Amino acid sequence: MSEHEYKPKSKAGKWFNDRLPLLTLGAHLTDYPTPKNLNYWWTFGGILTFCLLTQIITGIVLAMHYVAHADLAFASVEHIMRDVNYGWLIRYIHSNGASMFFLAVYIHIFRSLFYGSYKSPREVIWIIGLMIYLLMMAAAFMGYVLPWGQMSFWGATVITNLFSAIPLVGDSITTWLWGAYSVDNPTLNRFFSLHYLIPFLILGLVVLHIWALHVPGNNNPVGIDIKKPSKDTVPFHPYITIKDTFALLLFMIVFAGFVFFTPNVLGHSDNYIPANPLVTPAHIVPEWYLLPFYAILRSVPDKLGGVILMFGAIFILFVLPWLDTSKVRSAVFRPIYRQFYWIFVIDVLMLGYMGAMPAEGIYLVLARVGTVYYFLHFIVVMPLVGLFEKTDPIPMSISEPVLTGGGAEPSLAKKDNGKI
Amino acid sequence: MAKFNFTKILSILTITFIPNTIFSAEQIDPIKVDWSFKGLTGKFDRASLQRGFQVYKEVCSSCHSMQYLSYRNLGEPGGPEFSEAEVKAIAASIEIEDGPDSQGEMFTRPGRPSDKFKSPYPNVNASIAANGGAYPPDMSVLVKARPGGSNYIYSVLVGYEDPPAGMELDDGVYYNKYMIGNKIKMSSPLSEGIVEYADGTEASVNQMAKDVTTFLSWAAEPELEERHRTGVKVIIYLILLTVLVYLSMKKIWSRIDSEI
Repeated sequence: MSEHEYKPKSKAGKWFNDRLPLLTLGAHLTDYPTPKNLNYWWTFGGILTFCLLTQIITGIVLAMHYVAHADLAFASVEHIMRDVNYGWLIRYIHSNGASMFFLAVYIHIFRSLFYGSYKSPREVIWIIGLMIYLLMMAAAFMGYVLPWGQMSFWGATVITNLFSAIPLVGDSITTWLWGAYSVDNPTLNRFFSLHYLIPFLILGLVVLHIWALHVPGNNNPVGIDIKKPSKDTVPFHPYITIKDTFALLLFMIVFAGFVFFTPNVLGHSDNYIPANPLVTPAHIVPEWYLLPFYAILRSVPDKLGGVILMFGAIFILFVLPWLDTSKVRSAVFRPIYRQFYWIFVIDVLMLGYMGAMPAEGIYLVLARVGTVYYFLHFIVVMPLVGLFEKTDPIPMSISEPVLTGGGAEPSLAKKDNGKI
Repeated sequence: MAKFNFTKILSILTITFIPNTIFSAEQIDPIKVDWSFKGLTGKFDRASLQRGFQVYKEVCSSCHSMQYLSYRNLGEPGGPEFSEAEVKAIAASIEIEDGPDSQGEMFTRPGRPSDKFKSPYPNVNASIAANGGAYPPDMSVLVKARPGGSNYIYSVLVGYEDPPAGMELDDGVYYNKYMIGNKIKMSSPLSEGIVEYADGTEASVNQMAKDVTTFLSWAAEPELEERHRTGVKVIIYLILLTVLVYLSMKKIWSRIDSEI
């Protein structure tokens, strides 16, 4: 693992380490050479680990009091809110924690898109990350079903019905998913079971994600390969640990602001109405973090087409490392891609907004434009810009940010050298 | 990050402002009330909560259940804070069905503080049958279950009007300015002096609406005061810790030739 072999100081330590090299692993993690120019966008990996652990710990406590039964689920959530000691706090941390988790993961993903962290040799890190993201969406969706409110029930109905679009076997698959002929008690039961399982799958993938990261090492804002260890790197501990802690605390302040002062602002008020299969809510909307995909789904008049496009919007990310033809990683040195990057960010935000609006009139038109552009960005813009773009000069090392002779925008390069 | 450029700014402006101008909705916004329980340190008005409970008990509770509350909640900190004796008396004034006893028979007994609020109807179907096909929703979390929250509930309570000219209403349907869709199956529940407040406050429709909405807001979020109090402490603690960690970080990073 590390280049210099770790030697435990104590005899007992050596005895144990020879049998299970946990101490070597610990030494590797603390010494791990990290680029010294990582900016605060790089702190979201640590923040995401915190989010996952928070969700697991609060979730385990909630599961001690929650009842996964169609007649009792809503009441058991109210029991948690009213009668369990600090139940309101644990539940609000868990429900807002999901949103904070997605906020952090979107920043993490968009950081990767800006600095080209998905490119060679980090494709596997990227792909494992996307698998985590997919599992997060599944866990969040099933978690939202558990309180068995109106949005829980109708959200589950809409999403599971998507599978009925599959030709020939669609209806059978949907019935199989439900465990009944509609969303009902068996559906709630199995969603609870899977909702409890998925976080541990995520945890396993997180270990692989970090393992895969530690093979090539971190990308950095300049996007160049660096020698490790060298004067361009710092040991992970204490330099990165303290910086991650600082960023995490800032994140926790925002998190606490939601939990204590507007705990329901990110949810939908209809979910405080108990599930009623006979009354359909006026607008069925998923949680905010799924809205862009919901907009894509609804922008296609054909159900199967919508489902394919929605899943395609995620799966296209898996081949992104091969769609991007640019040899330069960081958008800091890619003047054209940088413009398209921000247009893409706007496009996704716009799709999110359209997902929250009714699918009609101008909303539908804009959702369609946004959907087309989403795919154009990956299929056309990424390959072509990489081929034709004239990139800015790239520094030789982090310590010498600008190549002598000057780049087009030296001030920008300096600013983006991770010193925000 | 990359410097702000024209495309970016324009696009952000477009997303922020277009929806509010082009696609404005036609529904009337609820009246904005200056509730004492809003804001970072907001607390309920104790007297208003007690009056609100009286309105609920004497008016709303004949149709609306509140099944997730217990009588003991009325005496807990952060709520109406009735005295122990008052809570016992309130509970004891209700006949609760219990059982089966050792003979297998159901029986009734006076309520205890640990009992849940008694529902006016034995089940949802009975409540629908008794109310012309409309189910009077359970009020435990009603404030959280409506988009405008407290403001919306208050507005509906004071929003009864004669229907605009040309609007035909069926029997048992009433016009309400703020109700979503403007049609409501509940007749105006509050009228001048329908309750007589023990503390001498004049029972105007606005006053009652305000009091009962305060009570319902507490019922939906009984933890609100503790939540606000804890939140202020947590955030102060986090800010202090953040400052300390920031200073430690500066010190640690000063060992090497790099800015953070």
